[in-house]
Amino acid sequence: MTGLPWFVGRKLVAMLGTVLVASFVIYGALYLAPGDPAGLLAGGHEMSPAALAAIRAQYHLDDPFLVQYWRWLSGVLTGHLGDSMVVKEPVGSLIGARLVNTVLLVAYAAMLILGLGVLSGILAAVGGKVADAAVTVTTTVLMAAPAFVAAIVLIWIFATKLSWFPVYGSGTGFGDRIHHLTLPAIALSAGYLAYVSRITRAEVRAELTSDHVVAARARGVRRWAVLRKHVLRNAAAPVLAVSGITVAGLFAGTAIAEQAFGVSGLGSLLVQSAARQDLVVVQVLALLLVAAFVLVNMLVDVANAVLDPRLLRAREAG
Amino acid sequence: MTLALATPLRLPARRLASFGWATTIAGVICLLVALTALLAPWIAPHDPTAVDPLNAYAPFSAAHPLGTDDLGRDLLSRLIAGSRTSLAGPLVVIVLSGATGTAIAVAAAWIGGWFDAAVSRVLDILFAFPGLVLAITVTAVFGAGFLAPVVALSLAYVPIIARVMRAAALRERSLPYVEALRVQGFSGWHICRRHLLPNLAPLLVVQAAISFGYAMIDLASISFLGLGLQPPAADWGLMIANGQPSILAGFPQQSIAAAVAVVITVVAFTVVAERMASR
Amino acid sequence: MSALLEFDRLRVEIPTPVGPRPLLRSVSLSVAAGEAVGLVGESGSGKSMTARSVLGMLPGGSVATGAVRFRGVDIGGLDPAGLRRLRSRDVAMVFQDPRASVNPVRTVGDFLTEVLRERGMSRAAAREKAGGILADIGVDRLAHRLKQRPYELSGGMLQRVVIAAALAGEPALILADEPTTALDVTTQEEVVAILDEQRRQRGTALLFISHDLELATAVCDRIAVMYAGEIVEILPAARLHEDARHPYTKALLKARPGSVPPGERLQTVPGVPQSAIDAPAGCVFADRCPVVEPLCRDTIPVLTAGVACHLEVS
Repeated sequence: MTGLPWFVGRKLVAMLGTVLVASFVIYGALYLAPGDPAGLLAGGHEMSPAALAAIRAQYHLDDPFLVQYWRWLSGVLTGHLGDSMVVKEPVGSLIGARLVNTVLLVAYAAMLILGLGVLSGILAAVGGKVADAAVTVTTTVLMAAPAFVAAIVLIWIFATKLSWFPVYGSGTGFGDRIHHLTLPAIALSAGYLAYVSRITRAEVRAELTSDHVVAARARGVRRWAVLRKHVLRNAAAPVLAVSGITVAGLFAGTAIAEQAFGVSGLGSLLVQSAARQDLVVVQVLALLLVAAFVLVNMLVDVANAVLDPRLLRAREAG
Repeated sequence: MTLALATPLRLPARRLASFGWATTIAGVICLLVALTALLAPWIAPHDPTAVDPLNAYAPFSAAHPLGTDDLGRDLLSRLIAGSRTSLAGPLVVIVLSGATGTAIAVAAAWIGGWFDAAVSRVLDILFAFPGLVLAITVTAVFGAGFLAPVVALSLAYVPIIARVMRAAALRERSLPYVEALRVQGFSGWHICRRHLLPNLAPLLVVQAAISFGYAMIDLASISFLGLGLQPPAADWGLMIANGQPSILAGFPQQSIAAAVAVVITVVAFTVVAERMASR
Repeated sequence: MSALLEFDRLRVEIPTPVGPRPLLRSVSLSVAAGEAVGLVGESGSGKSMTARSVLGMLPGGSVATGAVRFRGVDIGGLDPAGLRRLRSRDVAMVFQDPRASVNPVRTVGDFLTEVLRERGMSRAAAREKAGGILADIGVDRLAHRLKQRPYELSGGMLQRVVIAAALAGEPALILADEPTTALDVTTQEEVVAILDEQRRQRGTALLFISHDLELATAVCDRIAVMYAGEIVEILPAARLHEDARHPYTKALLKARPGSVPPGERLQTVPGVPQSAIDAPAGCVFADRCPVVEPLCRDTIPVLTAGVACHLEVS
């Protein structure tokens, strides 16, 4: 009952539990609303009693709540996501057309966070006073700016001053998409990037002065080897933990970045569907984003346990 | 997994809060913003919704210190008017989530046993729920406006407050004076209300103050997405979004002014909160 | 007796807003090849600083005067490569707390072979050698041990691993900085016995730092007593009780459990331990000395014939 498999197993169970509760909350929210669920599913539009009756029949709205919930959940799990009542399209094809953009955007932003964030943090910790001051000032400004403010500033700069990157749309083909997603990825990641940079700096600093690093230097280990095997290796686990939380948080943030830059993705679809009260789409998307968030968090926990096996034991004891 | 990490705001705020002058400036800004919100109808130089198409995109002038927007409305007046909903939203969020979270936390800590275990488990799960997604979902059901996002966000903040308060309540409960009161025959209700809650109050105030900045960013985000107040209301988040087409036309004033208002207010409130927390 | 290691009036100062303050006042001591010297004193007396100066690891910003010479070469004059060679080949250090001084996330095998591998030894050969030393010091299940991580080992076992790593580099000198203080009493003796036995077999010199006079006497050939950044007396371990002349050494001997019959009150050294920074201008021990004279307060006694005391110079 020890070791990594056991740890992964418990994490998986916890993750499934969380997604299950989330699905219940998301589906149940529909029943908290005042009025006729059929009318809500239709997007709040005025409909004839016959059309409403058709919706009631299609969605089995006269069944008990739990039966309906179960039908919806098993449908989602087997890929039967339903049809949007408002835009008259299957939810599956709505999502399919936009999934790539969102995955690319999150991956792009995650790479910026893990690349620039970690590198600048290391630079600030070991690169001397000037580098430290420059990184500290930049990250302080970035951390205070929410994603929508970063988006507005980027649009202002790149729409009117510089024209290096497009400020609107998703592009077609891989290269063009990356080109279009650059500003959204920066807006989405800026604050997190700065945060990860600061955490990295603090962790590297702490390791640099730790006893085991002093001892490694006393053993005559090369400077570079001390930095790589003892400082960075040991700072990796906490840095990864924080980066992972921020990367997981990116999924929710896509709503803002995609909406601001007119990217056609899951986040902007969620916002637009919510605005037109297209609940069939909102339910599936919300569940998907929560699942992605929880999944990334779990992967980070596991990666962390591999990097620092002490965690396996600590969790088991606790 | 903490929602409080949603925007990494606390680090720079904590740094600023370590300087006396920065805390003083932040405190003055908080007071000014609060006064502006209270007195908005009387201090706004113009009617924030008065349209004047002939005077659209007016530059800075004595009559319009920040210029006008695409419909010729005075930007300063809109900014002043917008401070009301922009501050009221987060205020309601922290009051609702603070009260609910503390009640749940104290009940869990006091009753203990299976009840505490169940509450903790549910809080853990809710913790894993991104607040913005929850808010958008709830808005989809209830419709855009002021109330739906505020209620949804209050819900999302309950686990954050409750977690901290539960830990504090457990610590407090284990102190000898609680046992002494019990031996003297006071009821649990009395001890919680007269002793536990007053002792937890300072922590709650700090937690609420820190949450205020986050709630403000989250609500402005929702408003920016068009799911909060609807035009022609003057709300900061909405103003940022509505000013976006004007940026492309070369008039960034509206979005930038509203964005600056949000950032300065959030940072000022968080700096003061961090100062309170460090006491 | 040619000196392997020699401290020559080593003085270390650190700049402060109110001018330079001494961390070490004047340390003169030599260690011969294969000899074990105990450096004994209260906490804050500068024992660890003295040991670290051998590896060129003084605190940042500090200024050293005098010299530390290893095989006649001044360590202060070494370039980074020379310093690294000294640390990885000639001198090994065993720190106080193995939990803190061993990287917690890497395996015992990684730790033991790191320096050997950097010297260009193959992975297999390095593991072979490390395993051999572990076996020498009575560690069993070698293959398993090498795969374990520090948190899976007891403190005593981990300190054995640290000693094995120190021996693996075949150094001429081992610096042991309170190597058993962080361990529980029962394992302390075992670990010290291992260190003592192995270094005798290999002819390795030892600078043994301890606040425990008894322990140092058991392991060492000579004892150097340190107080407030200065060595106040050096004498053979075997004749510690008979030959002790410095008032501080005498006070330390009286403060040991076992120095008085059971039931009687244990004597303590009067006053509080001082560091070099707040020691008086003359003799460092003047403030606490039971036999202090006016001369002691303003003139620094020189270490002659093994003792630095005005009253003992005849």
